[in-house]
Amino acid sequence: METKFDRRSFLRVTGTALSIGALYSVFPALTRKAGAQGITRTLAELNGEAPAPFSFIQLSDTHVGFNGPPDPLGTKAFESAVATINGLKNRPELVIVTGDLTHDADSPDEHAKRFKLFKEISSKIGGAQLKVVPGENDAGLDGGDMFREFMGPTHYSFDHRGVHFIALDNVSAGRPIVGAEQIAWMKSDLARFPKTAPIIVFTHRPLFDLKPEWDWQTSDGDDVMNALAPYENVTVLYGHIHRENFHQAGTTKMYAARSLIFAFSDPATSPKKHPLPFDKANPFKDLGIRRVNGNANGSDLQLEEIELATAQFSGTVGMDQMLKHGSADGKDE
Amino acid sequence: MKKTTINKIISTILLAGVCEVGLVGVPAMTNLSRASDNPKVIEITAKKFEFTPNEITLKKGEPVILRLTTSDRVHGFMSKQLKVDTDIPAGKTTDVAVTPDTAGNFTVICDHYCGTGHGGMNMKVTVVE
Repeated sequence: METKFDRRSFLRVTGTALSIGALYSVFPALTRKAGAQGITRTLAELNGEAPAPFSFIQLSDTHVGFNGPPDPLGTKAFESAVATINGLKNRPELVIVTGDLTHDADSPDEHAKRFKLFKEISSKIGGAQLKVVPGENDAGLDGGDMFREFMGPTHYSFDHRGVHFIALDNVSAGRPIVGAEQIAWMKSDLARFPKTAPIIVFTHRPLFDLKPEWDWQTSDGDDVMNALAPYENVTVLYGHIHRENFHQAGTTKMYAARSLIFAFSDPATSPKKHPLPFDKANPFKDLGIRRVNGNANGSDLQLEEIELATAQFSGTVGMDQMLKHGSADGKDE
Repeated sequence: MKKTTINKIISTILLAGVCEVGLVGVPAMTNLSRASDNPKVIEITAKKFEFTPNEITLKKGEPVILRLTTSDRVHGFMSKQLKVDTDIPAGKTTDVAVTPDTAGNFTVICDHYCGTGHGGMNMKVTVVE
């Protein structure tokens, strides 16, 4: 990981999509360097808040309501992730969920129950603001109406400690598209910032052609990237693909997070998209949280992998009992 | 190619009466191509969560019309490799003209979200020499 400070890379977003979620440390070096003072002042004037170190977590694809196969755990990984976040010594200030909060349901009433359950579980995250964008399961059939009812707008922006965050909706049109109107809004939203401003975009689908024949793309992703191209410190966080991925276009870095239900196969080695089989002996296999901290002198960052605990599901409850609630409701992502 | 762009191209084609691109979505019964006066027509029906037929074979360089309909709701019909990207709206017939320029196996997917089985809605297109 590059750690030397310069004006072109003063935003440090570390953690390359990481397990069940990702803990990002922002600005571990910026505030320690005299060279950043001008930018810091500028951003403070724009945002009313100067850049300062903070951490946040990305979760994705919780699919509340999905009960396998292939993954019979329902919301257990989501609940474990919440417990893990709450147990972190260095608490995140934000928790960002990059879509597919719920698993789609044929019945609107059932879908509404799933949104309520998502809110119930996520409300147990202590001390962090929750920021979400929809996935196609949340908003693909009704244009985002139910998502807006339960979670708020499908696209928006906000500032946090000097970083500008943009939530992009690339699902509620039904098709994988952001749309000219939203892109125009984003350009207008960004117009007040200098080209060096730290910007984090979070969305559900990849904004590049990761694997179009697996529906892993956004049809007007190039238009979004062109609108972001003038800005030198852009990070895109997304989900949808249920596995880690890193991609860089120009200076923009794009990270996918793993899901909270089954992972998908590797497009580099698998001829067809398919969910990876459930491992009863290791139900949260490859899941966990990576904690990233700047060290005392602001040089090398420390990365710490945190596994999700399964102990809470053992003993009197037992794995077999835990698995009893599984059904055949879900078919795919 | 974006759908909005496709629509613009369709309008241009209808006005000019010529077809200069390999594949576009156009209304049925339109004079599509000067490269072939009688292209083969292949009918494909979409419904949740499948295309019928779900496998077709085309010949490289030979123009065909894919005549798309849906029996339930709007679906998508998209393949980056075959340069096709159109919706299949309910109650209408959507014709897509294609002249494959590369042999191989290609996947067309529904890219208009249609429900919990959407992720598996696709069909295979084999292009032979």
